[in-house]
Amino acid sequence: MKLSRNAIGWLNTIPLLAVLIPFFVVPILVVLMASFMQTDGFGGMFMDFTLSNYAGIFTSSLTYSLYYETIKFAVLTLIFSSVIGFWVAYFLVFHVRNPLIAMGLFLVCTVPFWTSNIIRMISWIPLLGKEGLINRALLELGLINHPLEFLLYSSFAVVVAYVHQLTIFMIVPIFNSMARIDKRIIEAALDAGASRLDIMRLIILPMSKSGIALGAIFVVSIVMGDFFVVKVMSGGGSASVVGAFYEDVGVLQYPNAAASAVVLTVLVMLMVALILRIVNIRREIAR
Amino acid sequence: MESRVSKGKGDIELAGVAKSYDERTYAVDGINLKIPDGAYCCLLGPSGCGKSTILRMIAGHEDPTVGEILIGGEDVVGLDPVARRTAMMFQSYALFPHLSVRDNVAFSLRVKGMSKAERDRRTEEMMEKVQILEFADRIPSQLSGGQQQRVALARAAITEPRVLLLDEPLSALDEHLRLKMRAELSRMQRALGITFIHVTHTQLEAIALADMVVVMDKGVIRQAGSAREIYAAPKDRYVAEFIGGQNVISGRVRGLGASGARLEGSAFPSVDIPIHAGRRLEDGQSIDIAIRRDEINLLRPGQAGLPGGTTGVEGAIVGVEYQGNFVKVLMNAAGEDEFVAYVPERRFFEDDFHVGDRVFAAWQVEHAHLLV
Repeated sequence: MKLSRNAIGWLNTIPLLAVLIPFFVVPILVVLMASFMQTDGFGGMFMDFTLSNYAGIFTSSLTYSLYYETIKFAVLTLIFSSVIGFWVAYFLVFHVRNPLIAMGLFLVCTVPFWTSNIIRMISWIPLLGKEGLINRALLELGLINHPLEFLLYSSFAVVVAYVHQLTIFMIVPIFNSMARIDKRIIEAALDAGASRLDIMRLIILPMSKSGIALGAIFVVSIVMGDFFVVKVMSGGGSASVVGAFYEDVGVLQYPNAAASAVVLTVLVMLMVALILRIVNIRREIAR
Repeated sequence: MESRVSKGKGDIELAGVAKSYDERTYAVDGINLKIPDGAYCCLLGPSGCGKSTILRMIAGHEDPTVGEILIGGEDVVGLDPVARRTAMMFQSYALFPHLSVRDNVAFSLRVKGMSKAERDRRTEEMMEKVQILEFADRIPSQLSGGQQQRVALARAAITEPRVLLLDEPLSALDEHLRLKMRAELSRMQRALGITFIHVTHTQLEAIALADMVVVMDKGVIRQAGSAREIYAAPKDRYVAEFIGGQNVISGRVRGLGASGARLEGSAFPSVDIPIHAGRRLEDGQSIDIAIRRDEINLLRPGQAGLPGGTTGVEGAIVGVEYQGNFVKVLMNAAGEDEFVAYVPERRFFEDDFHVGDRVFAAWQVEHAHLLV
């Protein structure tokens, strides 16, 4: 039997579909369906099409403050992790001459990931706490009279933890796009009289755009979908979108939680679309 | 900044220039070379001979370990490329892949801080000169190899350099385009009237383009001279074999007389060699001689009498390649791996030879060229 080209193409996608459909498409559909259902208040759900779950979300001022808070964390994390990620990748690619050392340093960047997320977060406590290393050092040096309160259990701590956790997701794609820049292009720019700053601004930054965009997608979608870091590092002082519907689940309000999840998913998709709109990754990679 | 930019001409002098990356071996090992202003100079040699390193040192992308580099009579070591007024055209062009052709060409003007109006005018002018105006808004990956080369040329030439350095500019092109762009380079050099230094490993390219050919090997210059000099009067076996078109045979000088001598080889009895006033020979001295492949006449052995003033060696034909306007006959003769005659097509087919035939390769005694 001779298969048409089209049929062979579909056959090739079967393994991917076999993973995507049961583990991605079906759950999303279940959540979507649940978001239109009603609850008896005791965990039971019955199919009676309603938009009241969504109406509840959009009319509550809490929703907007939660989104404001979460997007603020996402944007701050994005700014710090991309600045740090860019410089680390720049250093590794353009300043470390020996590729072996560059690879070694690259691996060092991943060392924090050898331990669990929770341990990494807890390890900030002795550093940032009231009696922590930083406050103690500043007190001893006489720079401050009483411990800085904002270091731990604050928005500051949340952003620190996110940046610590997510900068690697910036470093890797930026490193990758920088490593693909032909060194002769840098030389050609020098030959044309470009200064270090010109080269950074006109050559390296635009050519690393796809890496920055990929990193931004990781960072934004992880921060938007996280509640644990906010919970632990803010000491309960800040809430998050996911944290709120996690609590809905805790009190058996499944349809509400499902509707929140759908709204969040749509919003993250829009953010990713916006990033892709700004940087045409496909075109950048095709170059 | 502007005041530091050199005003002099584009003549170049390398004095005792050497470059070592590891302090033990030298990539460039004591080069002395003078290139006149406005010359088209080709640095020719196999890969790894140091020719690109020399180019990069002239460009200012590398500093010599020792020695002086003078452009327009002024030592430029330590100056950056802009202050030297050199421009480089990189191997495979190194165009900025994210910028349009226009922005590529305008790049040096932009980093110089030139006003946009002036920049646009000059860019437009340069693009017109190299005929890339019609693709001004494309990015490099949308251009063919030949178009990319023109963009690279425009990007280099817009800095108004006094020396243009070209690193294997034709190697990224296919055969047909290479010949076309070769002619274009030559035309551009005449149009710009500046010194071109062109690095290549292709002999034909060097000979066709250059006013001055510099043959290099392992970091040293083996011979520098006009293309004709290098081709017709190579200095040693290396140059003769690298340039090609020559058969080189080795032997010892015997029977030195007032009008001539003989060369006795281990694999051939003896051939007559000319003697020149400028060249002192000693009996028993071992030398190489070169005979151009197109000056060899193939005869049947045992044929009556060798014409006067000719000499030759006997061998067996191991290959015949038809080349169109001539026939390349490969022989096993004089103990050389490759002994070749280029026989004009018409003459070859008057009495054609076949693989395995015994043959006598004859040449005019005075056509043999004595090597070191």
